[in-house]
Amino acid sequence: MKIKLKLFANLRQYLPGAPIGEAVEIDVPEQYTLGELAAQLKLPPDEVKICFVNGIICELEKILIEGDEVGIFPPIGGG
Amino acid sequence: MFFVRVNMTDRTYSVTDVPEKYKHLAGRGLTSNVIADEVPALCHALGPNNKLVFSPGYTTGTSAPTSSRVSVGGKSPLTGGIKEANAGTSWAADLGVLNIKALIVEGFPEEKGKFWGIAVTWDGKPKVEFFEATQYAGKPLAEVHPAMYEKFGEKISVCSIGMAAEHGYSNSGVAFNDQYKRPTRYAGRGGLGAVMATKGLKFIVLNRAGAPGVEIVDKALFEEGRKKMIDALRTHAITKPKGGLNSYGTAILVNILNEAGGLPTRNFSSGRFEGAPKISGETIFEKNKERKGKEVYNHNCSPGCIIQCSNTVYDEKGEEITSCLEYESAWALGADCGIDNLEDVAKMNALCNDYGLDTIETGVAIAVAMEGGLIPFGDSKAAIELVHEMGKGTPKGRILGAGAATTGRAFGVRRVPVVKGQAMPAYEPRAVKGIGITYATTTMGADHTAGYTIAPEILGVMGKQDPLSPEGKAGLSRAFQATTAFIDSSGHCLFIAFAILDIATGYQGMIDEVNGVTGNKWSADDILKLGGDILKVERKFNEAAGIGKEADRMPEFMMKEPLPPHNVTFDISDETLDSVFGEL
Repeated sequence: MKIKLKLFANLRQYLPGAPIGEAVEIDVPEQYTLGELAAQLKLPPDEVKICFVNGIICELEKILIEGDEVGIFPPIGGG
Repeated sequence: MFFVRVNMTDRTYSVTDVPEKYKHLAGRGLTSNVIADEVPALCHALGPNNKLVFSPGYTTGTSAPTSSRVSVGGKSPLTGGIKEANAGTSWAADLGVLNIKALIVEGFPEEKGKFWGIAVTWDGKPKVEFFEATQYAGKPLAEVHPAMYEKFGEKISVCSIGMAAEHGYSNSGVAFNDQYKRPTRYAGRGGLGAVMATKGLKFIVLNRAGAPGVEIVDKALFEEGRKKMIDALRTHAITKPKGGLNSYGTAILVNILNEAGGLPTRNFSSGRFEGAPKISGETIFEKNKERKGKEVYNHNCSPGCIIQCSNTVYDEKGEEITSCLEYESAWALGADCGIDNLEDVAKMNALCNDYGLDTIETGVAIAVAMEGGLIPFGDSKAAIELVHEMGKGTPKGRILGAGAATTGRAFGVRRVPVVKGQAMPAYEPRAVKGIGITYATTTMGADHTAGYTIAPEILGVMGKQDPLSPEGKAGLSRAFQATTAFIDSSGHCLFIAFAILDIATGYQGMIDEVNGVTGNKWSADDILKLGGDILKVERKFNEAAGIGKEADRMPEFMMKEPLPPHNVTFDISDETLDSVFGEL
């Protein structure tokens, strides 16, 4: 199934060439979880801090469905 | 330590020991207590009875990391309530080194249109000299700051006010120098610049030469605390070298708030901005890399900061447009106005610094005016012209300079995102409920720094809490507000919170540092109580000024209009809002 993916800040290097903040469509197996997706992308576990699915913060156990828009952030702060 | 009182009625001053009742206070705790004790709550903020108080935190001027903050307090012309705004600058450290616990500016010159400066040096105790400064009025700050260094030497620090303050705007900050002598570090919110202007005071120049430095009662304990704090800041992913803040600056938050549907867009009509990535920290980093031919990491705003989050935005020729462009400013002058042109946003930021304007209040006021039809959303060139009009003091500029609430009235706009008259910062309260509770209830008017629940609600610092849920958020906001009131007194930048809320030894490090400096034996419970006590003093002042719990409310549209993309309203009851201070 196809999902849309965005990686931010230092994680952008794991999706080379993707413009900042623009979703890239990728194929993943049915019933794939966020955690499996992060592992497939070889994201360092301690760099996976906040994951969004369709704008909602989700945990790594979240099962993805066709068309989901995923955004993954490393630890960041500001204000 | 000393109290220095500067009387601008007759340009005299006095230096006294710190009164007994204030000895245990510093920073925000001290400014708010002096204001509450000495300023009549119902006075006019721009009248003779208001005062301006500067105070360094407990550790400011010491070798504690990231501790060069100064609090500025007064009655706010914007909110009508008490105000504390703080900034990171060498000026703060110098105030501490000069052993000045509080610099209190009072009185009211009869002669209008004239400005003076004061130069503070060390002569066995702090010494104040007055100088004429009228010739520096009516000009951008970047033009006149160098004159102070020419006049008083390179090793000084400079506090100043800009044209916005001279015009008497409720949107006018107090400026301080950064590490490169730029007048760009602001105690920006609430119009304290205009209070300083009413005193006829344009500059406060500090020269620390010969001054003894901050006395540390228990050096061993201080060193222990300092090491714990350094360890926490250097290891936490957000605050460490080449970590999130050092690489991308605070504007790293643009994309994550946009993703969360909590980035206020086009005058708080949506939580998503399609142009967000173009004004984000990642884009600033990538453009700088391309334009400077190397990765550019951020610098410190003040001496001793090891987080170093201040960025610089360069143009296509590699020339500096502005430093620093914070998240709040990129958002206010960008997303909230529907503007995605980074260079124009940076230009407006530079103009705000030059004119002495608070970037949040400026961006939100322009966005309200855009909704009122003055200029279209997204028109960055027209927005730049409006900032110029604010600087010049044209009638249109003066309306905007009075702040977002006044701008809303002038243009008949119903959607005006303010609490207690102060513009909301860069987090949509409908999509991030805890920060909305802070906006509604803080003594400061809408202010994210007063109780930054964004840490657990969005950033996963100190655990994770669902931003869309109201559950437990009143207690969360209360705890953050009390802790923050103490951090604002500690001398540390609030950004230490990212590290010390996750790393318990870092939190203890802050307490050890403060106990080391003061000789107190405060516990974690004690500092929470001290923070709560500060809030109560501020609250009492506001109530006496006619700003009670009825003012702890969100604008009506936020309770009625669902916010895209999550289609949520601000669904927190009045009882819940009242419980924040009711159960303090």
